[in-house]
Amino acid sequence: MDYSNLRRQAASMKKSLFDQGYLDEQFCQVEDLQDEASPNFAEEVITLFFKDSARLISNIEQALEKYPKDFNKWDAYMQQLKGSCSSIGASRMKSECMSFREFCGQGNVEGCMKSFQKVKREHGVLRQKLEAYFQLLRQAGPAGAATRPGM
Amino acid sequence: MASRKGLGGEGSAAAAAAPHVLAVDDSSVDRAVIAGILRRSQFRVTAVDSGKRALELLGSEPNVSMIITDYCMPEMTGYELLKKVKESSRLKEIPVVIMSSENVPTRINRCLEEGAEDFLLKPVHPADVSRLCSRVLR
Repeated sequence: MDYSNLRRQAASMKKSLFDQGYLDEQFCQVEDLQDEASPNFAEEVITLFFKDSARLISNIEQALEKYPKDFNKWDAYMQQLKGSCSSIGASRMKSECMSFREFCGQGNVEGCMKSFQKVKREHGVLRQKLEAYFQLLRQAGPAGAATRPGM
Repeated sequence: MASRKGLGGEGSAAAAAAPHVLAVDDSSVDRAVIAGILRRSQFRVTAVDSGKRALELLGSEPNVSMIITDYCMPEMTGYELLKKVKESSRLKEIPVVIMSSENVPTRINRCLEEGAEDFLLKPVHPADVSRLCSRVLR
């Protein structure tokens, strides 16, 4: 198994996620918290994020249906989701969350609905990409974890 | 050495030597991140999801060196938690730091006036936290 090649692939995948704007600097901050005591920290946090964000998305979906035009409620849920995105560096998803909140502020139902679809789409895409990334890292072995050399 | 991911006091003498920080945030993601940042700085961390749980822990755990709490939480906000801590003769000396994703000057001032040690904007960076901790925990 060519571990160094796998690590190179993972690094390239990560760079591409940054270049395409899926991730921002905050993701690096999370990865940097990984060390010998917490070797899977980044993946654990990202797993938590997707569990939490799936729940929040489901809440918003229900709220859009059950509480028509309750922009305060919709906004409050989206604020939580935006916060989580921000904490892990999910940049594109965060932008869509912000758009949704702007539409809430304007009282624009159609804008909210369209924007919400975009949030869900970005969520799905990011999940796929990060799952692939972490799978590569796992295959690359313990040395493939995002730790700095010589720590 | 960085302590293990315990969510409760370890009780050993070695663990008791590291300052114990109580992190409060209703977001599981943010809790994990702030706990990771604090552990990296060699603190013992307990992370809870509400002001109510924070007060319960403060009631039973004598050695909390600092509280770092989110502002926006359901039921009890970080501001309300701050007030309760500062109103308690037993707890008022514990430094309280507020975190928020929103930069609202009136909110920040209100917290500082109520006795908050500092106010951090989210997403919180390790550099902000370690700078803060070395100042507060000396």
